[in-house]
Amino acid sequence: MTTTSYRTAEQIGHTEQGPRPLPALGVQTAASQPSLVDTVLPNGLRVIAVRKESVPMVELRLRIPFAGMDRLHAARAEVLANVLLTGTERRDRAQFDTDLAAVGGDLSSVVDPERLSIGGSALASGMDVLLDVLADALTGAVYRDEEVARESERLVERITMARSQPSVIAREALQKHRYGDHPFTKEMPEAAEIGEVTPEQVRALHKAAVLPRGALLVLVGDIDPDGAVAAVGGALAGWQSDASAVSLPKLPDLTPGDVRLVHRAGAVQSQIRLSAQALPRTDPGYAALQVANLVFGGYFSSRLVENIREDKGYTYGAHSYFEFTKDNATVLVEADTASGVTPAAFWETRYELGRLVLSPPSESEVDNARQYAIGSLLTSTSSQAGLCATLVALGAVGLSYEWLRDQPMRIADVTAEQVAEAAEKHFAPSRFTGIVVGDADVLAPQFRAIGGVVLP
Amino acid sequence: MAAPELHRFTLPNGLRVVLAPDRTAPVVGVSVHYDVGFRSEPEGRTGFAHLFEHLMFQGSESLEKLAHFRHVQSSGGTFNGSTHPDYTDYFETLPSAALERALFLEADRMRAPRITQENLNNQIDVVKEEIRLRVLNTPYGGFPWIWLPPVLYSTFPNAHNGYGDFTELEQANLDDCAQFFDTYYAPGNAVLTVAGDFALEQATELVNKHFGDVPTRPTPVRPSFAEPWPQGEQRAVHEDPHAPLPALAVGYRLPDPGTDLDGYLANVVLSAVLSDGDASRLQQRMVHREPLVTDISVSAGLFGPLDARDPDTFTVTAMHSPEVSEDRLLGVLDDELEKLAATGPQEDELARVAARWAAAMHRDHDRITSRTLSFGASELLHGRAELASELPERIRAVTTDQVAAAAKALRPDSRAVLVVPAAGGNQ
Repeated sequence: MTTTSYRTAEQIGHTEQGPRPLPALGVQTAASQPSLVDTVLPNGLRVIAVRKESVPMVELRLRIPFAGMDRLHAARAEVLANVLLTGTERRDRAQFDTDLAAVGGDLSSVVDPERLSIGGSALASGMDVLLDVLADALTGAVYRDEEVARESERLVERITMARSQPSVIAREALQKHRYGDHPFTKEMPEAAEIGEVTPEQVRALHKAAVLPRGALLVLVGDIDPDGAVAAVGGALAGWQSDASAVSLPKLPDLTPGDVRLVHRAGAVQSQIRLSAQALPRTDPGYAALQVANLVFGGYFSSRLVENIREDKGYTYGAHSYFEFTKDNATVLVEADTASGVTPAAFWETRYELGRLVLSPPSESEVDNARQYAIGSLLTSTSSQAGLCATLVALGAVGLSYEWLRDQPMRIADVTAEQVAEAAEKHFAPSRFTGIVVGDADVLAPQFRAIGGVVLP
Repeated sequence: MAAPELHRFTLPNGLRVVLAPDRTAPVVGVSVHYDVGFRSEPEGRTGFAHLFEHLMFQGSESLEKLAHFRHVQSSGGTFNGSTHPDYTDYFETLPSAALERALFLEADRMRAPRITQENLNNQIDVVKEEIRLRVLNTPYGGFPWIWLPPVLYSTFPNAHNGYGDFTELEQANLDDCAQFFDTYYAPGNAVLTVAGDFALEQATELVNKHFGDVPTRPTPVRPSFAEPWPQGEQRAVHEDPHAPLPALAVGYRLPDPGTDLDGYLANVVLSAVLSDGDASRLQQRMVHREPLVTDISVSAGLFGPLDARDPDTFTVTAMHSPEVSEDRLLGVLDDELEKLAATGPQEDELARVAARWAAAMHRDHDRITSRTLSFGASELLHGRAELASELPERIRAVTTDQVAAAAKALRPDSRAVLVVPAAGGNQ
């Protein structure tokens, strides 16, 4: 480019008037409280139905605890989740899709070590069709041999694809490092295990584990909550069992320890993944810990992001967030960094953990994080899908709408002293463990020099 | 939800303003769409439009570095920006009490961004990390959006890599930044959109207050990126060192949405008939019945429907097992297109597509960020924010014959085929 007829960068950055003051915030209106029913049906299924009329849609999420200790549980569960919505006596794969599409609907299922999740949406006028399709699958899935065979083939290919993703490699290494062979770590079966799964096994697993007692269904949309609960009761009346859905065994508390370096030959970028024990949302200290986490690395205006991205340019994104299971919570800290700067980014991350304890968040850091926590909760629950996702996550750990309604007040009451206490208790570097995935040939010399990292 | 009532006006400095009040939730969305994307970046500076997007967050006359992020987030809001072929957007979603603050932040960087060598160096590093994360260190990174256009197009604007080469990113200097800003970031080259919980009169007043004195600057003449459709089938191979399975991308030219919107929308319907849902034609045949591919997807528009002006790309992408050749896949694709060209889709197929489009729009517009961006992009690219709300009806009006004609135009002798072999041979 030639520059002759243009201003310089310096000129562009200034006007005659000079800098202007930031406008004050206006007065915030509260979100209206939706009408809601939270109840347990005779078959043991908990149903939360919420009227939110912003668009003529209904969102649906069903979570069924789905843990298993069998060696092949993860493989069978994965096949089950992929075939569940492909065949009943009344519908084949295409008919499922045809019926749902007619009401602008979608339904899909995924499984993880804790639960089977079925989620979807439809035009609100088509809620009965959505529920009918769901009920049909829950009570009448047949797992046709050819569907099981084809989905098993695809699963093997998808597992291969997933395991070539650096984020998946890092997650599996972290889970193994944190929890050994606890069933929580088996997020994806081995390709060979899929080959051992038979249609009979999947049908037996459905019968034994796809159960209403202990499961949670959330509906949010342009619906009448009482009418929706009645519709669910009617549609799912045939879904019955005296047994309860199976929850994951409690996770042990994390043991702090050295970070393990996992070799990935030729990687141009590394994954840093650190973790420590945290507090569940039901703990009275959670709100203060939530604010401490934001200040550390939980949002863009955090110490970690401002240091390793905005000051040093080591990463595109650094994040710190909580992972909740039913009775347990941990904090995870992650960043992906070029091989050449990985040990330096690792060092800065540990430094920021130490600094959060020794130089705790100031009044203004606490105030900014509090405002963000309150405001982002408001915006993220302002859509039907956002509210539905939030309620199902809360419901899965035994919480209800009241927690969501009251959390802004709890956050507003958090003091800087409480945040400092939470930081000291939970963010000290000595509480952490973790892994780094990267090219050990490049990373090992510097990691050996700084210590605290177990080399391959 | 009835389509929200839209209000628009233009400030004396040329800034177009779209207001979409909706008071159902106490949140607001604010976005600015600038009429410049990576198609406009100069040769020798690939990736510059995206790099410049990063720099617009690095401070302005009233805001130190980091202040933009802090002010948005400490008001309870979230922010982001993104660079597309024909536009660059910047946006915030916040509790409605922060509306004026968001307008102030956007106006300040439209008036006087502070671009320094230190921040430029820092953001070149950050962008390189972004490219490592999304492209260099991941399987199928940049597939197909970076690797397919150079096969289908022959001119620099349409063919080059919008993320950029590291060597060219590293050469970017402050004069490039100044010239890019002065050329493309004039108020007359932008659309400001405000959606959500506000009173019309008050928002109008605040927009005038903060943007009214952004100086008028010349607006660039928008170049044409038109080029002829490809002659013959263009084939290329892209080696991906991480790809565990072979992948295939096929690209065709789309009708110009500016002069033939109905023809373009017939392609949108065609893409859904081919690959949206288990009952769609390619899913049924190629994933399940024969089966040939692990996954397949079809899209009208490289970045989604109506996200760019002409020329834009109709894409088919598939991951498949190494035993299946790309010619076999192309044969089945051509066979299905021929069937659709001969008889068009059934009425019930069209009805399914229409119902899903209506539902998808409602869901999309229920999220304030998506609603704001969709009005802004429609206004900027197509001159009508309303189009975002009207699309389901326009989709419903597409006929069997129109879809048949669209299928007929996807000719084997005028397309690009990109083959990605599995890394290190078959696994």
